[in-house]
Formats: sequence, structure tokens, C-alpha cells
Amino acid sequence: MIEIEDVKKVYTMGAEKVHALRGVSLTVEDGAHMSIVGPSGSGKSTLMNVIGCLDSPTSGTYRLDGELVSEMGDDALATVRNRKIGFVFQTFNLLPRQSAVENVALPLLYAGTGRRERKERALAALSKVDLANRANHKPSELSGGQRQRVAIARALVNNPSILLADEPTGNLDQEVGREIIKLFEKLNADSGVTLVLVTHDRALASTAPRQVEIVDGHIVSDTGR
Amino acid sequence: MDMLEQTQVALDSIKSNKLRSFLTTLGVIIGVASVILLVSIGEGLKTYLTDIFAGMGSNLLFVTPGKRNTKGGGHGGALSTVHKLTVDDARALGQRSYNIMGVAPRVVGGAAIENGSLSRDSVVLGTDEQYLKVHNLKVASGRFLLKEDSDGRRRVAVIGQTIAKELFGDTSALGRTVKVSDTRFRIVGIMRPKGQSLGIDYDEVVFIPVTCALDMFNQEGLSSLSIKAANPTNLQPAISDIRQILKHRHNNREDFTIISQADLLATANRITSTMTLVLLGIASISLLVGGIGIMNIMLVSVRERTREIGVRKAVGARRMDIMIQFLIESIVISLIGGAIGLLLGALISLGISSAVPEFPPPKITLWAVMVAFGFSVAVGIFFGVAPAKKAADLDPISALRYE
Repeated sequence: MIEIEDVKKVYTMGAEKVHALRGVSLTVEDGAHMSIVGPSGSGKSTLMNVIGCLDSPTSGTYRLDGELVSEMGDDALATVRNRKIGFVFQTFNLLPRQSAVENVALPLLYAGTGRRERKERALAALSKVDLANRANHKPSELSGGQRQRVAIARALVNNPSILLADEPTGNLDQEVGREIIKLFEKLNADSGVTLVLVTHDRALASTAPRQVEIVDGHIVSDTGR
Repeated sequence: MDMLEQTQVALDSIKSNKLRSFLTTLGVIIGVASVILLVSIGEGLKTYLTDIFAGMGSNLLFVTPGKRNTKGGGHGGALSTVHKLTVDDARALGQRSYNIMGVAPRVVGGAAIENGSLSRDSVVLGTDEQYLKVHNLKVASGRFLLKEDSDGRRRVAVIGQTIAKELFGDTSALGRTVKVSDTRFRIVGIMRPKGQSLGIDYDEVVFIPVTCALDMFNQEGLSSLSIKAANPTNLQPAISDIRQILKHRHNNREDFTIISQADLLATANRITSTMTLVLLGIASISLLVGGIGIMNIMLVSVRERTREIGVRKAVGARRMDIMIQFLIESIVISLIGGAIGLLLGALISLGISSAVPEFPPPKITLWAVMVAFGFSVAVGIFFGVAPAKKAADLDPISALRYE
């Protein structure tokens, strides 16, 4: 469960202070399917980074499954990301020299999982996204949609509680993008993983039952709870 | 995340950029190769010198005229007040000390040796019958000098193998005469081959009675005395006897210097050790340059792989994981360079000893190998830390956004 209370984030850029989040409170139940929508510069990326434990808030508290992650140091946050968060990026962010299965196994490497178990679980994750037959292909040998599915498998492999997708269809054509969204919905329904979709695209955001809109560092609407 | 995995990741990254990795390694290869080469040359030289001294016999002492200031507190007297070492000094030492097995006087000079039209320059060594025993030499045919030869100033000579071959060819030189500095000497013996020892090639020496040599070179005193101590494990009794007897004979003045083989060996060792260290220092400079090359490439690599670092951090890599990944990469590069450099240095060493047989053969010692390997690991760590730290410190958000 995500419990964010009055989170503020201030960046210092040179002499100027940028208020990316101006007091955001948000609670997301386990297994929810929601989207965060907002124009660029609205603070939605910052909110996603906070939820994803890539960034710590300047003030306010963030509890993830009861743990107060807003007070954690870098290494502790890395461990939380490893265990609880699965990231899916617009640009896939696969390691180009590694095969699909090696890419998927990457989080397990940092979880300290043994070699054999890593491979087994990575293959299992790949079959959840219907790519078991491409396990040994390099990202350059895969299509955009396939790459994004490898990235989703990587996000799922360590059984996270949250799947955090940042413009996951931004680099895909519409047809493939719809398939990816369907895959997300299926994963959310089957495994009960919390799905948080971050986008500027209202049409895409509306595929989620709950939509949170953020403008200028404030949540301006929260519908479909 | 265990080391094996980390090493695998590092190897993958090195393999994916073969030419660049090779060029980076080259600095370390050259550095380690020169460490191995130069140190093994130094060690070879040391062994060579030690062998020379060992060949002389370990219980050998030398007495030279004049007090050399080797132990501080030198003798104030000018050279003119110094007593010459004489044949009588030699005899006295031989007779009066139980701690001395033999004493041979030495007068060393150079002269032209002639047999008819054949001629060559050679070392002429004036001595007496004791020389064989003191210096562990053997006569191949004929006899060595006798006491009577010295006492009676007989013009007899014993020649080395090389002289015999060059002046008499295959015919026997025994009983023939040679001119040494225009004086005729009858050859009574030919030495067994011995080769180099302490700067003298005994195969190219002409031995004549010490009295004849003093006349020939117009010398009043001996060049030195060679003394064989009775006890090879403890030279001190012999040394104190020599000091006492000679002082007594020289108006109670220590106007001579006693040198033991151990002194010479220690001096030689000091020289070669210093030389080895200097060579090591020079070679280390190239290792340093190699290390800077590694650091440079690692910094480039960190920049190029910023996104990869971002991804790794996003999926759970801690600072240490990233740090170790890059550190292992630079250590692996420098270790590979170290291994290749080791091989290269060893090959060149072997090449030198087979191409130039006169050169003391280089000796590859374990410690040189350890030093070279230790150095390359140290270079990898030392020059890898800064780039690895830079990678570990990257902010995952900006690293993920890096284009």
C-alpha cells in the first residue's frame, strides 16, 4: 500500500528553487490500477520518482507497505526498489549487450539470487509476457513491442508490489501500445500487482479505473477511487 | 552479488570493446614487461657476480698495500710513507700463522708475449708456488712455478690455454720459449682452462716467478697478496693474524688493507641491488603511465554507460555493487595486462640470453613476478577507484535520462 502525506519536493537549480511537488497526499490500495496524468513540468515525473523510491521527498512522509521509505538512505532505497518496485520506461532501458533473459534476470542479480534460480525465474517471467521463445535474443534483435515486454518481464521478475510504468507506450505505435496496455491490465488482474501508469496522454490515462491528475505540483483531481 | 558474477560482468564489458581494451592494457603490458625485464637483468647480474666470487673459494683474503678508507678513520700518512708489501711479508705470513693455509704474492702487469712472428698482449702475473693452492687452479701439463724458480729468478713461465693455442697452435708449447716484454722465458707448464675469475681471464694469463715480475715491471712492492685461510667458515682468526704480523713488520702501522671475499660480495650485492632498484623505479614510471591510461578509459566508460548504471540502480544495485563492478573491470584490465606483460618480459629476457651469450643471463625471480603482479593489481585499484566512485555516485534519475 502506498501512503503519501503532504509530500513536497524542492529542487535547487542554480540560484532558483523549483517546487516540483507542493504538498501531495495520495493513498493507493494494493492491487489498484491507476494512472497519473499531467502535462510535462506538472510534477508527475517527480511524483513517480518518489513513489518508485528513486528520489526522496524534501518534506512529508511516504510509507510503502507500512515502511517509512521517505527517511531511508540510498542503499536502503535501492533494496526497496529491488524488492517492491518494478519499473517500465518509455525507452525500455534494456542493457544492449545482454540477452533478453539476462536483462530480465538483472534485478535478481542484485537480490543475491543464485545463478540457476535466476535463470528459471527470468524464463518464467518471460513466458508471462509471451517471449519465452526469444529468451536468448539481444534487444537489437527484437521489435519495439517485444523490447517493452522484456522490460515488463524484468519489472515483474522479483515479484514487486508495484509496477510503475512511465509513458510505456510512448515509443510504440498505437496497435502495439494497446497490446502493452492490455498486458498490463492482465498482469494487474492475474497477480494483483499495483499498477501505476504515468502519462501525459489523457486517452491512455482513461484506460485506468482511477485517474489522478497533477498540475503544477498539486493533485487537482482524483477520480474513480 | 558475488565476485564471480561481478567478474563475469567486467569480462563481458571488456570483450565488447576489444580494441579499446587492448590499447588500454598496452600501457600496463609495457610497464610490467619492463619491470620483469629490467629486474631480471639486475638479478642475472647479481647471480653472475655471486658465481664469480663463489668460484674463487670462500676462504680467500686479499691484502693490498696502503690503507683504504673503507671503515672510516683512515690513515693520515701520505703514500710515500707506506711500506710496500714484499715477498718476505708473504713468506712471514705463511710461516707464522696456523690460521693461514697459503699465501701467494701477486705482481700484475701487462706485456707483449711473442713467439717468433706471433704476438699478443696479455696479463703477466708474477707469483710463486702457492698460487695454485690459494686460487684453486690446476695445471693441465708440465708443472707450476716452484719455490726455486722465485728464489733463483729463473726465467720460466706457465701459460694459460688461450695463450698456448694462439701462440703455438696445435703443437705442444711445453719446453718452448716465449718472449715476455723482450725477455726470453721457457714454458714449463700449461694451465687447465678456468676462465674468468675476479676480472682476470686465467686462460689468457702468463705466470712468471714473482721476482722476475718485480724486475720486469720495475716494482719495489707487490700488487697484492692472495691468502687462503685455514678455516673457511671463520676468517676472523686469519684476518687478525695477518693484521698483527704485518703491523709488526711495518713499524706498527696498518698501512695495508685486508679485503675478504665476503666484503667484495657484499659490495657487489649492494651495487647490483641499488641498480635493480633504480631499474625498478624506471620501469614503475611506465606502469604509472599505464595506470593513467586505465583511469582515462574507465572515466570514458563510466560516461558511456551512464544509462546502464541508471538502469542497474533502478532495479536495485547499491552504491557498492556499482563501485565493485567498475573496480573489478579496471583490475581485470590491469591483471590481463600484467599477465601478458609478464609473458612478454620473460620472452624478451630469454631472447636476450640466447641472442647475446656473453651477457649475464637474466634471471626471472619469484619476487619480480610478485612485484609485477602486485603492481598491476595496485594500479588497477588505485586508478580504478576514482572512475568507480564516480559511477557509484551517479544519481539514478539523471543517469536514466542521460542521452
